[in-house]
Amino acid sequence: MRGGPVNFLEFLLHNRGEALALTLEHIVLVAVAMLIAVVLGVPLGIVITRQARLRRWVLGAANVFQTVPSLALFGFLIPVPLLGGIGSRTAVVALVLYALLPVIRNTYAGIAGVDPAVIEAARGMGMTDRQLLRYVELPLALGVIMTGIRVATVISVGIATIAAAIGAGGLGTYIFRGLAMVNNQVILAGAVPAALLALVADFSLGWAEHRLKTSR
Amino acid sequence: MNVVIECRQADYRLNDGRALVTDLSFGVESGETLVLLGRSGSGKTTTLKLINRLLEPTAGEVLVEGRPTTVWDPIRLRRRIGYVIQEVGLLPHMTVERNVGLVPALEGWEPERVRSRVRELLALVGLEPDQFAKRRPHELSGGQRQRVGVARALAADPPVLLMDEPFGALDPVTRAEMQREFRSLQQRLNKTIVFVTHDVREALLLATRIALLADGRLVALHSRRDFLHAPEPEVADFVSVLKSLDEELNL
Repeated sequence: MRGGPVNFLEFLLHNRGEALALTLEHIVLVAVAMLIAVVLGVPLGIVITRQARLRRWVLGAANVFQTVPSLALFGFLIPVPLLGGIGSRTAVVALVLYALLPVIRNTYAGIAGVDPAVIEAARGMGMTDRQLLRYVELPLALGVIMTGIRVATVISVGIATIAAAIGAGGLGTYIFRGLAMVNNQVILAGAVPAALLALVADFSLGWAEHRLKTSR
Repeated sequence: MNVVIECRQADYRLNDGRALVTDLSFGVESGETLVLLGRSGSGKTTTLKLINRLLEPTAGEVLVEGRPTTVWDPIRLRRRIGYVIQEVGLLPHMTVERNVGLVPALEGWEPERVRSRVRELLALVGLEPDQFAKRRPHELSGGQRQRVGVARALAADPPVLLMDEPFGALDPVTRAEMQREFRSLQQRLNKTIVFVTHDVREALLLATRIALLADGRLVALHSRRDFLHAPEPEVADFVSVLKSLDEELNL
């Protein structure tokens, strides 16, 4: 692009209003998706510690979503009624599907990893199943569950860039625009902030996780 | 005397058919300390778990206060029975105060009442409440952890205590100290206690009666006084351990 931006920083500065809006859009996509993934995934992870039969199916299904290439998943979802279509709703659905596996798996692993002797002691004290979960298993599994949420969030920040392909906005908008324009600087204007966002999410959730692990 | 716990021909088998305890029959009287003595794998711990229904007998029955454990609501049953186990029994993410106050809190006591009960119990087991209430289990020595375990088991004032090698992981000096304190506690509190150990000295020191288990069967049940001279060969094996130590020292 002749006469266009010299580098992506200049481009971002020049278009700071739009860049900020896209960044916010990106954060909202990821945040909404993660909220849903946690609300679905943590209870599912808990259920499969109780129901061995369900475990294979739930983990298997979550695994399958994880293996579908993200661009293809967005494409598959477009014709699906209610969940699909063009726009951010479809993007959130896809992000949730990707985030579920780490959240479910770590919730399961965290609870299954609690020392069986501690569980038996708690049972011996007369805890009900619910009290056991609330006072013993969940607090002791919290660090591992947080790791799952952190991993899922970082993955989602990356995958959310592809959401722009189905008109969901976010920083991917610059990446696809740059691709269409064959302009690396515009691609970088989307890719670099997205990468920074992933780092910030990783760092801040990692810090929260560390706090949880040491405070218990 | 009033029988609080009674096993009637109780068996416990694993799904693969292996028997952990077989045809177990004995009673525990109110206020006594029955020691279950035996080597590793003799079924002592399994017997304890049959009493608080962490396990259910696969044949026969176990009665607590006259009712089969399978008829009791397991939660109600367990809250009437204090349970002390070796080492790992404390919840690692909770302070000493919360660990000790857990059962009263689950029972719905007022927080103020729980707190004063916790302080009372910590003092009872020889831990200064101000110093220890806010600590976590990993900040305690083995002996202190075990004291907290005893305090927790006593918290809701249960009539029955089950103790599974509570002093097994302690160094000999601390163990002797804990045993002495256990005896004085026992005299003051008058609980019905079932105490598991593999240490014949400890059994003789703490028991009202001693039940000897071998391969999941009860092979002898005697008062402390009679145990040393009991006729069963299995008893003689255990008693000879005591004597051989004496003899070695006298050499």
